[in-house]
Amino acid sequence: MIEFIDVVKSYSVGNKALRGVSMQIEDGEFVFLVGPSGSGKSTIIKLITGELRPTSGSVHVNGYSLERIRKREVPYLRRTVGVVFQDFRLIDTKTVYENVAFAMRVIGAGEREIRERVPYVLDLVGLDTKSRRHPNELSGGEQQRLAIARALVNNPSMIIADEPTGNLDPARSLEIMTLLQEINNLGTTVLVVTHEMDLVQRFAKRVIAIDEGLVISDGMDGRYYENE
Amino acid sequence: MRMNNFGYLLKEGIRGIFLHGFMSFAAVCVTVACLLIVGSFSCLIYNVNLMVEDLNKTNEILVYVDSSLSDAEAKSVGTKLNQLENVHQAKFVSREQALEDFIKDHQDDEAFSGVEAADLRHRFVVVLEDNSLMEQTDEQIRQIPGVAKTRAEYELAEGFTTIQNVLHIASIAIIAVLLVVSLLIISNTVKLALYDRKDEIAIMKMVGATDGFIRLPFVVEGFALGMMGAAVAFGLEWVLYDTLVLKIEELDSLRLFTFVPFDELLVPMVITFCAAGLFVGVVGSWTSIRKFLDV
Repeated sequence: MIEFIDVVKSYSVGNKALRGVSMQIEDGEFVFLVGPSGSGKSTIIKLITGELRPTSGSVHVNGYSLERIRKREVPYLRRTVGVVFQDFRLIDTKTVYENVAFAMRVIGAGEREIRERVPYVLDLVGLDTKSRRHPNELSGGEQQRLAIARALVNNPSMIIADEPTGNLDPARSLEIMTLLQEINNLGTTVLVVTHEMDLVQRFAKRVIAIDEGLVISDGMDGRYYENE
Repeated sequence: MRMNNFGYLLKEGIRGIFLHGFMSFAAVCVTVACLLIVGSFSCLIYNVNLMVEDLNKTNEILVYVDSSLSDAEAKSVGTKLNQLENVHQAKFVSREQALEDFIKDHQDDEAFSGVEAADLRHRFVVVLEDNSLMEQTDEQIRQIPGVAKTRAEYELAEGFTTIQNVLHIASIAIIAVLLVVSLLIISNTVKLALYDRKDEIAIMKMVGATDGFIRLPFVVEGFALGMMGAAVAFGLEWVLYDTLVLKIEELDSLRLFTFVPFDELLVPMVITFCAAGLFVGVVGSWTSIRKFLDV
């Protein structure tokens, strides 16, 4: 579960990225976070993943209070949140299999566990036949599916996708969104940050709109309010 | 950390060396160059120090025994001399031996042709442990019954002591500066190598890797590269030292310079190079990675 209570985040005096954001995302929900560039979306993601701390207010993510989380607890918070980025952030020197297995090794999984789980997740995202390839041998859509597989492999309770379709053509974008929906159907909370309003409307989920550091609308079924 | 993870991280560290071959090569080269400079300078300083020490040892106190003493009594003064703390060795020179030496030194000088053994005194050539204490030891020698007179070159001894002290301080200062400069250069090279991999580190952080998990492969890599650099530098130092000593000895027909063989420096050099390689590799990578862990 994600809970923001009156969260303010300032980078410097007078420059507030968030100006009192309150919102709650329950376990198992599928939520779109929309808003123009500079509205505060990235700050929200960074607060959720423990990259930043709020200036004031409270942020609770999967049982961790981010305003007072210890530095050594942050890796454990991140293991409960799978993150997918627009630029995939894959390790080019590792194979598809190794990119996913690597995320399991990080949390201390054993070889046997890795050998069982990685093929399952690669199959889930449709990359089971490409496990020996390297990321640069994959298409953009495949690279994003690999990034999703890596985010999923440790069975996090939540997936956060930051502009996951930003580098993909419309057909591949639809594929990725469908995959995220399937993951949500399996019980994982999904938070998608996007600019692509046609996808938001097509999937008709809860939409939180943010602008100038404030939540300006929180609607269901793909409905949201846009500032003029 | 589980054992299977530990094995994996060790493997990753070794793999990293080959995967980032150019940066690894650069780090080893810089380590070799720096250790070679520090090592060569240390060898030079060590040899110069030994040469000065040897020269200093030639500075002795000449102790003349009272001429009224019998031969046996004169020799017994040596026991008392050898009991003094700062005396390394007191060598008895009989008046006959002293005459022989005197004649050898003045054989072309007719003015001394009539000198006989009876004109001279039995004496002791006293070599000291520490020449900086020459004056105090000379004072103690004069208190010994049977000692008629002493001859000691305080100024020469002080000169040698000053040269040794200055050399000692200068060498420590220069080696320290060279070490610091070397560490900075090597640390920067490690930083560059890590900068090359900052994205990889950011991904590790993002998927929930602890700082220890991220650090270990880099530290293993740093350790291996540091030891490689130390081994290569040691080998080159050995070859360079032996070649230079051989060349100098060929040119030095007067035997003005004496160098210790490298075998004598082997153990301290191995220990120093390994310690420096280890320190540079492990501490360099440990501290350099800190900056990239704040993600």
